[in-house]
Amino acid sequence: MSGSQDLTVIVERALERARSAGADCVDALLVEVDSIEARVRDEEIDFVKQSRERTLGIRALVRGSGGLRSALTSTNDLSPAAVDRMAEETVALARATAEDPFAGHPAEDYATDLPDLDLFDPNDRGINVESRIEDARRAERSARETDPRITNSEGSQVGSEFARIVYGDTRGFLGEYSAASHSLFSEPIAQQNGSMQRDYWMTRGRRLADLEDPGDVGRRAAERATRRLGARRVTTCEVPVIFDPVTAPSLLGHIVACVSGSAIYRGMSFLAERMNEVVASSLITVVDDGRKPGALGSKPFDGEGQPTRRTVVIENGRLVSWLLDSYSARKLGTATTGNAARGPGGAPSAAPNNLWLEPGEQNLEELIASTGRGLLVTELIGMGFQPITGDYSRGAAGFWIEGGEIAYPVEEITIAGNLGDMLQSIDAIGSDLVWLGRTASPSVRVSNMTVAGE
Amino acid sequence: MSDDALSFFRDHFDLDDRALTRTLDTTLEREVDFADLFFEYTTQDSVSLEEGIVKSGDRHLRQGVGVRAQVGERQGYAHSDEVTVESLDLAASTARAISRTSGGVHSVAPSGTGRPIHDLYPVETPPTEVPVERKTALLLEMDAYARQLDSQVQQVMASVVSQYRHVMLVSSDGRLSADVQPLVRLNVQVVAADPSGTRREVGYQGMGGRFELERLLQPAAWKPLVEEAVRLAKLNLEAQPCPAGTLDVVLGPGWPGVLIHEAIGHGLEGDFNRKKTSAFSGRIGERVASDGVTIVDDGTLEQRRGSLNSDDEGTPTQRTVLIENGILRGYLQDRLNARLMGVEPTGNGRRESYAHLPMPRMTNTFMLAGDDDPADILRSVKRGLYAVSFGGGQVDITSGKFVFTANEAYKIEDGRIGAPVKGATLIGNGPDVLTRVSRIGNDLELDQGVGTCGKDGQSVPVGVGMPTIRIDELTVGGTEG
Repeated sequence: MSGSQDLTVIVERALERARSAGADCVDALLVEVDSIEARVRDEEIDFVKQSRERTLGIRALVRGSGGLRSALTSTNDLSPAAVDRMAEETVALARATAEDPFAGHPAEDYATDLPDLDLFDPNDRGINVESRIEDARRAERSARETDPRITNSEGSQVGSEFARIVYGDTRGFLGEYSAASHSLFSEPIAQQNGSMQRDYWMTRGRRLADLEDPGDVGRRAAERATRRLGARRVTTCEVPVIFDPVTAPSLLGHIVACVSGSAIYRGMSFLAERMNEVVASSLITVVDDGRKPGALGSKPFDGEGQPTRRTVVIENGRLVSWLLDSYSARKLGTATTGNAARGPGGAPSAAPNNLWLEPGEQNLEELIASTGRGLLVTELIGMGFQPITGDYSRGAAGFWIEGGEIAYPVEEITIAGNLGDMLQSIDAIGSDLVWLGRTASPSVRVSNMTVAGE
Repeated sequence: MSDDALSFFRDHFDLDDRALTRTLDTTLEREVDFADLFFEYTTQDSVSLEEGIVKSGDRHLRQGVGVRAQVGERQGYAHSDEVTVESLDLAASTARAISRTSGGVHSVAPSGTGRPIHDLYPVETPPTEVPVERKTALLLEMDAYARQLDSQVQQVMASVVSQYRHVMLVSSDGRLSADVQPLVRLNVQVVAADPSGTRREVGYQGMGGRFELERLLQPAAWKPLVEEAVRLAKLNLEAQPCPAGTLDVVLGPGWPGVLIHEAIGHGLEGDFNRKKTSAFSGRIGERVASDGVTIVDDGTLEQRRGSLNSDDEGTPTQRTVLIENGILRGYLQDRLNARLMGVEPTGNGRRESYAHLPMPRMTNTFMLAGDDDPADILRSVKRGLYAVSFGGGQVDITSGKFVFTANEAYKIEDGRIGAPVKGATLIGNGPDVLTRVSRIGNDLELDQGVGTCGKDGQSVPVGVGMPTIRIDELTVGGTEG
């Protein structure tokens, strides 16, 4: 195992080589990830996987009369000779691209405070694969014990990942941080009268202690699968649609696609000309925060060394900020919001850190009770969303609501509308915010959508 | 090319047969049924254009080795980006940890030339060695051409991606296989605005495969691509809301074959059927489609994006009949699932990279042509939807429900193509959707070489295809009641 100094040395070598090859600005990102993964089906191990991966990304900018030319390379061969060759190739490649007056490093100050965001627990470092496999076994066992109709599964999968991120550039910034991520995902299959339904539940966290109990994960997954048995279609209609905390984050994902810097300067978002306008119901407040302690999307600095921060995107229905990296910020004549996401293999681009919809007062049961007749969506499939128009059409499964109660499970239907109209017509928000990833939402109800079925 | 591949690895990583055999033997020190080593060295580059300039270029190098051990249904896997004797040893000890029993078998020394039986995609110039200036010049020409075609074009984004992948597989039963796999792709996306500037729409087209990059540089290749993207963006400006509900649907030839991929293909992958988690499990010999519907997976088509000389476990690819005249005939297998199900592997064991375990995956999956004239098929529909081009799709293999999203579709009124409608998701049930295929066209086409399939977090290039078909009563997810 290499010490962090080795990683820093590699980054500095890449910066130095690219600069001496003729680059005016260079930045480099090195990510080292140690990971273990395993899957168990019933009592049997399906697979166990272990690895260490290190990847270096180098971005070089070469000045011309009309702006900077830029290129990016990545390599997982970190031998000095390979690093030197890649650094030189980056510069050569940059010379083949066009001068772009907007290219360059951030004009803003770099992160100076690197707060401890509780991104890993040092005690987890010694975790052995056996104990994680036991977590998966417990989830698997619990799922099968929950209901006799759980007869099979796609398995229960665990993962633990320890990453070290080192980022530096030729303006003098050099920062690093460590972060971990642990997960347990259980996907049982329920069977009745010759038909099968699957569903899942999962838990993820920066620390093992943050994870839900494996028995609870298996039980919840089993309940979600069994309640889908006997699902049928409904006739085509227009009704209120409730998205649960598993499906509602996808709506936030669509919003993100429409407020991210590159979509705005390219004119590829239906919100591109709507800054400071009311774009959603007054119930809607969407916040991004890159420094939420212990959260899965937290980091002390973004992919350009900029301090992460809290950004309100939509406030009581009004669009108040884009999510930006420094390039899209310059294109739009404003400042970065510290949302440059970057892996070693790609250029920085704006993405959320931890993004959520502020919860309301009612729990899901109360939302259902106040709905009368409608649809509760618990799973969405397909990619039917078009950011440039907001047109929305996706496959769905869930539950039919009749008389304010769950009546029966439904499947093989679609829900459709336009995201602009959907956001305006959100008339209730639940209190049940659940963090299953870096984007989280409580239940939301859209007052009217087209449901297509029989 | 394959001889080159073998010597490439021996030279590049300084490996000899003794080192390879020793690693396999280390893996086999415990009681292990099978072990293999997968080496990869891949270079990829791309250049992309937007706002009239080539803004960026990138180049990536990925190398490494994956060591796998199998005991019954269990697999141990360890991978490393360092290919040295030491890292191989460490990976081998990790992979074999799934076995608690000492075994002491020895591997069979690798032998043979390593050359796959196919040679489907020889190229003279690796696409990653074509000078970047030629690629940037192509993108600038495409941009100028798109803007010259129509004044409504506001934005053009284009990219050209080149990949050159060396792989080598050595297994404990003495198999040695090496391959060099070129892959190229050209994409163009156009934004058009209506004259009032109130409505903007996107049109997208792409093409690619395993062939000389030179082919994409020819105006005969890229001009039609740009024309098509511009046409689609403008067509979308005219599109009306799509109907909602159950309709008779006619699917055009080619890319709509994504229906076959989602509705049928995934459900017939060996792992799901061995575990009995697929809606198709245990149904070999049963009718799952109309008479006349024959579906194959064929990894042996020359230069296709989904083709491989041998799969990522060293098994030669083949043409596998999945459904023959409506009857389910077979599954897609990798070595593990074939062994556990007592059948032969079908050359469908694929992995995204050395950092991934192989799984049964599709190659090029398509429905064979029938006898009907496509124009007659359209005329046979009183009121329905004619869907010509699709975006992505997804399937829940357990319930069998699948979706795919149309991005060029028209109403059919009294047997005639009517107004264009906005993109919409179509949803159906895999095990019965093909029993409602009532007409099959004589116009089989394969897609243009842009498909990527995701499964369990791994992406691999694939192909799809289909003739024009009519499906009675499919649910269309529009907004118009």
